[in-house]
Amino acid sequence: MIDLRGLTRHYQVGDQTVRALQEIDLTIPDGDYVAIMGPSGSGKSTLLHILGCLDRPTSGSYRLDGREVGTLPESDLARVRSRKIGFVFQFFHLVARLTAAGNVELPMILAGLPVAARREKVAAALGAVGLSDRADHRPDQLSGGQRQRVAIARATVLSPSILLADEPTGNLDRSSGHEIIELLERMNRDGLTLVVVTHDPEVGGRARRNIKLVDGRIVQDGAPR
Amino acid sequence: MTGLECVRFALAALRGHRLRSILTLIGMAIGVAAVVLLTALGEGARLYITGEFAALGSNLIIVLPGRTETTGSAPITGGTAHDLTLQDAEAVQRRCPRVRQVAPISLGSARVGYGERRREVTIMGATPELLPVRRLDVAIGQFLPPGDPRRGAPVAVIGRTVQHELFGSENPLGRSIRIGDWRFRVIGVLGEKGQSLGADMDDMVIVPVASGLKIFNQTSLFRLLIEVAAHSEIDAARRDVLRILTARHQEEDVTVMTQDSVLGAFNRILGALTLALGGIAAVSLSVAGLGIMNVMLVSVSERTPEIGLLKALGAPPAAILRVFLAEAILMSAAGGGIGLLAGFAGAFVLRLRFPLLPTTPPHWAVAASLVVSFGAGILFGLLPARRAARLEPVTALAGGR
Repeated sequence: MIDLRGLTRHYQVGDQTVRALQEIDLTIPDGDYVAIMGPSGSGKSTLLHILGCLDRPTSGSYRLDGREVGTLPESDLARVRSRKIGFVFQFFHLVARLTAAGNVELPMILAGLPVAARREKVAAALGAVGLSDRADHRPDQLSGGQRQRVAIARATVLSPSILLADEPTGNLDRSSGHEIIELLERMNRDGLTLVVVTHDPEVGGRARRNIKLVDGRIVQDGAPR
Repeated sequence: MTGLECVRFALAALRGHRLRSILTLIGMAIGVAAVVLLTALGEGARLYITGEFAALGSNLIIVLPGRTETTGSAPITGGTAHDLTLQDAEAVQRRCPRVRQVAPISLGSARVGYGERRREVTIMGATPELLPVRRLDVAIGQFLPPGDPRRGAPVAVIGRTVQHELFGSENPLGRSIRIGDWRFRVIGVLGEKGQSLGADMDDMVIVPVASGLKIFNQTSLFRLLIEVAAHSEIDAARRDVLRILTARHQEEDVTVMTQDSVLGAFNRILGALTLALGGIAAVSLSVAGLGIMNVMLVSVSERTPEIGLLKALGAPPAAILRVFLAEAILMSAAGGGIGLLAGFAGAFVLRLRFPLLPTTPPHWAVAASLVVSFGAGILFGLLPARRAARLEPVTALAGGR
């Protein structure tokens, strides 16, 4: 369960202060399916990064499963990212020199899992995204949709409770985008909290709940219209 | 993340950036190889010259008439020293048990003629002892015959150059040559020796020492070369010789030098030479170090997004540092190894090509070059990685901007 109270995020750009997020109050229960929408520069990516512990709030509180994480030291934060959160990026961010299996294995290597356990989980994760036959392919041998599926397998291999996706279909054609969304939704049905940042109304319309940001403030929160 | 996995991950990363890894390796290898090779050359020169001295006989004491060092302001005795005589040589030989043999030498320069040919040559007066003391050998004929050194027989042993210049292809043995106003019979030719400590032994005529003194109307010998039985006794022998000669002359008017003191001076000069070469090597090493630094800095900042990704996937800062440390160590080890191989191979080739020059890199140079290349590689690999590992993951993902 995600709980934000009075959360702000300010950047210093030159001598100007950019207020990316202002006084955000937000609760996302476990298993929810949320789309964060808004024009570019509205702060939706910043919000997602803070939810994923990739960025820290300037002030306010972020409680994840009842624990304040906004002020945790870096090594504890790394554990939170490793165990609770999966992240999917618009540009996939796969490691080019590693195979699909190698990319999926990476979070487990970093988490210090033994080899035997890793092999099993890699196979299961690749199977779940329908890429068992592409395990030995490197990213440049895969299509965009396949790459994003590898990224999803990587994000979910350690069974996180939250999956955060930043424009997951932004770099894909319509049909592979559609497949990716369906894949994410299937995982949500299995109990994963899913938060998607998008400016595609069609993607947003499928979510259970839409949050609209403008100039760093939540201007609308509810079921899609 | 275990050590083995760090190494595996680092290896994969190095393979993934092949060109950059190769450039870094070359930079490191050249630095290390340059140091090894340059210091090997310096060390080789030093060993070569010390070797030359040893070939002269390391148990040698040299006695010169007159005192070389100036003591006090105006010496009362003036510059007049007693002559160094054949009797002195005999006395040393007889009274000092540590001395194996004494070779008295006189020296002068005279015109040597045979038939129409003439040549200005160094004339050395000597005794049969010169042959073993100076490690000379006779190519044809014989050396000076043993006998009373005070009786000068009219016989001469000539050097190779003298033989060629005066006799050409004619057999010189038994021929009569003119030295100044005197006639000598050639009884032998020296083996080729070449330059030895500034004296060209090939362009020389050796006559009995009494004859040598007579030709130039000299009363004093040029040198006494004294060979001591054992190297360990050389200092004691030196004191004995000085005591005997001082007693005979009633004052200390000779200079007694040991081969060691000459050798020591040369060693110091050559040590300075090696140090200078080491300095050159140090410069090339620091250039290599800077190169390593540049490549590592660029490499790590280029990979800031990758560091960001690793953080996003849950890597703690320590794991990221371990990966980059493993990379830097692998890189430095490989670069240093290749550099050592290249340096030693170069030194080996030089040894084959110039067998006289024993080019062997000194241990300190090898150690220093490895320390610098490892130090630079690890320091400049870790510092930027540590900075990147401290960035917020989202900043690192965007390339650190």
